[in-house]
Amino acid sequence: MKKIFKASTALPAAISMTLSMTAMADIKIGVGAPLTGPNAAFGEQIWRGAEQAAKDINAKGGVNGQQIVLVKGDDACEPKQAVAAANQLVDSAKVVAVIGHYCSSSTIPASEIYDEAQIVTITPASSAPSITERGLAGVFRMAGRDDQQGQVAADYIARNLKAKTVAVIHDKDTFGQGVADTTKASLKAEGVETVLYEGLTRGEKDFNAVVTKIRSSKADAVYFGGCHPEAGPLVRQMREQGVTIPFVTTDCTVTDQLVTTAGGKKYTDGVLMTFYPDPRNLDTGKAVVKEFRDAGYEPESYTLFSYASLQALAAAFSAIGGTDGNKASEWLKSHSVDTVLGNKSWNAKGDLKESPYVMYKWDADGKFGQL
Amino acid sequence: MQADSSLHLLRPFGEILVDTFIQQLVNGLTLGSVYGLIAIGYTMVYGIIGMINFAHGEVYMVSAYLAAISIAVLSFFGIDSFALIILGTLIFTIVVTGVYGLAIERVAYKPLRNSTRLAPLISAIGISLVLQNYVQISQGARQQGVPTLLEGTLRFSVGDGFVMITHTKLFILAAAIIGMLALTFVIKNTRLGRMCRATQQDRKMSQILGINTDRVISYVFVIGASMGALAGVLITLNYGTFDFYAGFIIGIKAFTAAVLGGIGSLPGAMLGGLILGVSEAQFSGVVNADYKDVFSFSLLVMILIFRPQGLLGRPQVTKV
Repeated sequence: MKKIFKASTALPAAISMTLSMTAMADIKIGVGAPLTGPNAAFGEQIWRGAEQAAKDINAKGGVNGQQIVLVKGDDACEPKQAVAAANQLVDSAKVVAVIGHYCSSSTIPASEIYDEAQIVTITPASSAPSITERGLAGVFRMAGRDDQQGQVAADYIARNLKAKTVAVIHDKDTFGQGVADTTKASLKAEGVETVLYEGLTRGEKDFNAVVTKIRSSKADAVYFGGCHPEAGPLVRQMREQGVTIPFVTTDCTVTDQLVTTAGGKKYTDGVLMTFYPDPRNLDTGKAVVKEFRDAGYEPESYTLFSYASLQALAAAFSAIGGTDGNKASEWLKSHSVDTVLGNKSWNAKGDLKESPYVMYKWDADGKFGQL
Repeated sequence: MQADSSLHLLRPFGEILVDTFIQQLVNGLTLGSVYGLIAIGYTMVYGIIGMINFAHGEVYMVSAYLAAISIAVLSFFGIDSFALIILGTLIFTIVVTGVYGLAIERVAYKPLRNSTRLAPLISAIGISLVLQNYVQISQGARQQGVPTLLEGTLRFSVGDGFVMITHTKLFILAAAIIGMLALTFVIKNTRLGRMCRATQQDRKMSQILGINTDRVISYVFVIGASMGALAGVLITLNYGTFDFYAGFIIGIKAFTAAVLGGIGSLPGAMLGGLILGVSEAQFSGVVNADYKDVFSFSLLVMILIFRPQGLLGRPQVTKV
């Protein structure tokens, strides 16, 4: 009884608090991310980044004299839940813009709802090309695109590795095959011939048959579109069969688990991959990174991407003097914004004009560094 | 050497070099022998109680974790000879996995011995989910790995090219053959083997003749699990990486191998595994790796159409 009594008094109190906050809150921005589920770690990064950005912007007087209030929308990286969360953000919370989502499969359906409501969305992480290929005016990304990643890899293979022929392998997944296809197309444009194009099965560990094929194709380099669970065994089995040509792969292998799956540092030595330059090393973000670290939080991976997304939204709303979604997206497409990630500008589709990817290389100690 | 060109074989999908062919054969045989070892678990259990043990793939997965734990512990105590590590790991993994096999049988199948045929099938799927989640929660969802224990590679020149076989692969082939021979000896020449065969042929009659068939069934689960454990150790050595989901695909492949060779037949399981492994590798090499599973399953369908009992299986009179 005591407990119920307590709860019943606490609840109205909480509601009245929320109400009073809403009354003060002038600009509501949704944060759509997987706050629960297997990708919750990334969801937290996105939430933390946005939260810190809102705090910093509000401390400087907010946007058009109004304070930013963030509203959580948990998608758990599931398309269905993403739609529910998006509807809730739009209909109940009445947000004027959204930062999100994380998984491309959530961003795609959720952004349809934001588009209908004519509000601006910036995804700090989703990289599937189709997100900005659907002609939705208000969809932007702070992340790269998978095909930009393929372009960077192809440039490197053609110009730095000076390869004439390449074997392109993928994992038959939307992401892996998508990147492999764009890399293959970019390689063709650079005059590099793809002599072998094969898919392997995710979850398998034996790729010896494909490796033998790579060997007999006499390619100068291998490009693998996929993630570390397959990249590790693949590169190991290549080296075991005496295939010593360069191995280039995607940002889906950026984890020390690549060394684990390959079975040792000697196998991953020299592996090349495309990835974002670590935003924590940028001059533009030093003050913010320090702020995070002082608060006892390491701004990993997507934290600063989320921070920058809110900065871009705030800049657009300040410039147009309101929160109109159409005007804000027009403004973003014709102006550039100074963010913690540097100066960013967007093309007509809502993609970053400059490809954010660079090449990384694994060394003999099982660490990777930017080239 | 101009004579080399005569070594080229013409294939419908282009010219395949002899060295590539031999290399793919080696790839296929190593993969296939491991499929075969796991297939034994399916085939023995099916042979004796006519039930497909869908948890067997997970038993293999558990044994991969046990192998890694054992290797880590032995290395920690400063043992660095390959023979000692592998011997210790094999004994530890086979014994503990055998206990898992026994426990699974006690918990999930024995209470259902006289129920409908579907009931133990469902409890097998249940056990497989339990094992997967138990390992995921206790060990984490991350990829796990072991260091390379056996270094070194043999290299043969063939024609213009070369064939490379790692020492680990040779070890796998040897261990799989020894494992198979040992099992065949046990089934053919020991008291336990005779009891197993008797129970397989007629459970009720064996019971009347004084064989404790419940115990025999438990033994069969232990033997199946031990062969799965042997495969687990070998695969862990060869690929160096595994996760809590590793049992799924390889379980399905091994089950296919068991059906292909004739479910219920021991040599059939091994033969089915080898055929599956070699056909996957050669098809990937000659045509396309994307469709290797399509090819192996088409092969399975073809064989089952013409020989429903599998390659070495005995035709069964169904009791309706």
